[in-house]
Amino acid sequence: MTTTAVPAAGAPASGAPAVARPVGRNRETWVALGFILPSVFGFVVFYLWPSVRGFGLSLTDYQFFSDTSFVGLANYQRLLGDETFWNAMLVTVWYVVLNIGFQTVLAILLAVLLHRLTRSVVIRGLVLAPYLVANVVVALLWFWMLDAQIGIVNQILSWFGIGPISFFGSESWAIPTIAFVNTWRHLGYTALLIFAGLVMIPRTLYEAGRVDGASEWQMFWRITMPLLRPVLALVLVITVVGSFQVFDTVAVTTMGGPADASRVIQYYIFDLAFERLDYGYASAVSVVLLVILSVIAFVQLRLMRANESDLA
Amino acid sequence: MVTVDTAVAPTSSTPGQEAGGLTPGRVLAWACLIAIIAITLFPFYWMLRTALSNGTTLATAGTSWLPVDFTWGAFRRVLGLATLEEAQAEGGTGSAVDFWVYLRNSVLVASLITAGQVFFGALAAYAFARMRWPGRDAVFFVLLTALMVPPIFTQLPNFLLMRDLGLINTYAALVLPFFFMTPFAVFFLRQFFLGISREIEEAARLDGAGHVRTFFQLIVPMSWGPITTLALLQYVQAWNEYFWPLLVGSERSVRTLTVALGVFRSQTPQGSLDWPGLMAATLIAALPVLLLFIAFGRKIVDSIGFSGIK
Repeated sequence: MTTTAVPAAGAPASGAPAVARPVGRNRETWVALGFILPSVFGFVVFYLWPSVRGFGLSLTDYQFFSDTSFVGLANYQRLLGDETFWNAMLVTVWYVVLNIGFQTVLAILLAVLLHRLTRSVVIRGLVLAPYLVANVVVALLWFWMLDAQIGIVNQILSWFGIGPISFFGSESWAIPTIAFVNTWRHLGYTALLIFAGLVMIPRTLYEAGRVDGASEWQMFWRITMPLLRPVLALVLVITVVGSFQVFDTVAVTTMGGPADASRVIQYYIFDLAFERLDYGYASAVSVVLLVILSVIAFVQLRLMRANESDLA
Repeated sequence: MVTVDTAVAPTSSTPGQEAGGLTPGRVLAWACLIAIIAITLFPFYWMLRTALSNGTTLATAGTSWLPVDFTWGAFRRVLGLATLEEAQAEGGTGSAVDFWVYLRNSVLVASLITAGQVFFGALAAYAFARMRWPGRDAVFFVLLTALMVPPIFTQLPNFLLMRDLGLINTYAALVLPFFFMTPFAVFFLRQFFLGISREIEEAARLDGAGHVRTFFQLIVPMSWGPITTLALLQYVQAWNEYFWPLLVGSERSVRTLTVALGVFRSQTPQGSLDWPGLMAATLIAALPVLLLFIAFGRKIVDSIGFSGIK
């Protein structure tokens, strides 16, 4: 890198120390391009181009083996009258509501317990354990534990005269069960995100609260919850967007059944594309999923920004 | 923006409310925490207990807390060590499970993906954090938008791309889409690189080191902690991935463990599943990740806060 400071025309206008080194800067640009080249290549080939192609395919009747033709918005029109699609939407929303409900309440509880009781990394590690195991493993594990005949959960319920409940096999239980299983897997992770937010709340606030005679319960509602809102909003974006895309658990346990009761939107897309080979239509449904998730993320991020002042 | 210490430093604090002593409230709180931990960990024990049970007598034993009719048979079946008679005597099917092939595939695929993501991610992160070039922030922003796109949206067309390239059921198809770019890796490392002091770099510059040398001989060794953490997170994620390997790698020769477990399950849709065999297989599939976790738990736990609070 040369240090010959030849002031470039107009460059040092800011009056800053003469750091303009056109030769060096130019070379830096080339080196930088070299550094980002692999990532940009990956982005263009596996994110950008597929996205464009995805939109394109949604306007065709692509079916793998027959000729493809442009059908305009026909797929989107069909979608409006597709009862299975609307059912899948409904099922997914029901799943998201249950999953996020369980998960958020329990995660706040767990995070506050961790924060108020212990700094042990071991304990934080233990609650994270399910998150590190594959969805497929978690699904099979609970499939066994919730088995209608010889699963441990039904055995225990029978002590109380309940059941047996066909958790994965009944229309009303399938989605709550899948929501529970995924809550079990993600609880520790979500709790640790919230925990990171709790650590940022100044300790002096709690000390002041105690001096004023506030109970733990009052401090939770008056100090913890208001100051946690920005973090909670962010956690909600991550978890809601994530849980809209539930697939693995469904694919391994219920395969959409019984009678479409757990046919969530992502499983429906998979089914359309790779079982029924209705690829163009599957692409249209995935475009709709993309739009929904973008809107959710956008709205939630706006809400988060509105709350940012709380931590100031 | 993240300040790293929020996630990494539990030092600033003495434990929560130690002043209170053992009040009824604290006893109740501990009871709650212990209950949650018990529910978190019990399924892992149950997985082990089932895997060590005999499949033929399992159903009759109900809630026995210990393995039923203790046997290593399930593990032997899964690892292909049991004879057909042995397997059938303990409720297995005796059909061969190519466990070692699936294990090899999972190791290979996860390792390649991790190596690519971390290396290329570090290069890009350095260019975004430490170098000045026109359009830098715009390019960074565009790359980050990839974080928002749901995987299925790009994976349908990516499947076609792999098919057009004739790569279906090859390792290349399993690895390539994740190999060059993950927005998370770039973002994660950029945050750490931003924190490195300029002076150290200036000193290297004065010694005549260019960016390439600065990166490899200075920045990478200095950032070994965050780089390992990222590698761990990405390895676990690649190991656990199910959807993409299911699309492009369903054939036995490239099938990963997660896909194999799904196939194992769906081959016996009704009735007599070999539960001990299945639990032994899930346990073995989860084992590498759990071992990594035991070895590097603190790094992983600390990085969770970092990954969320942007």
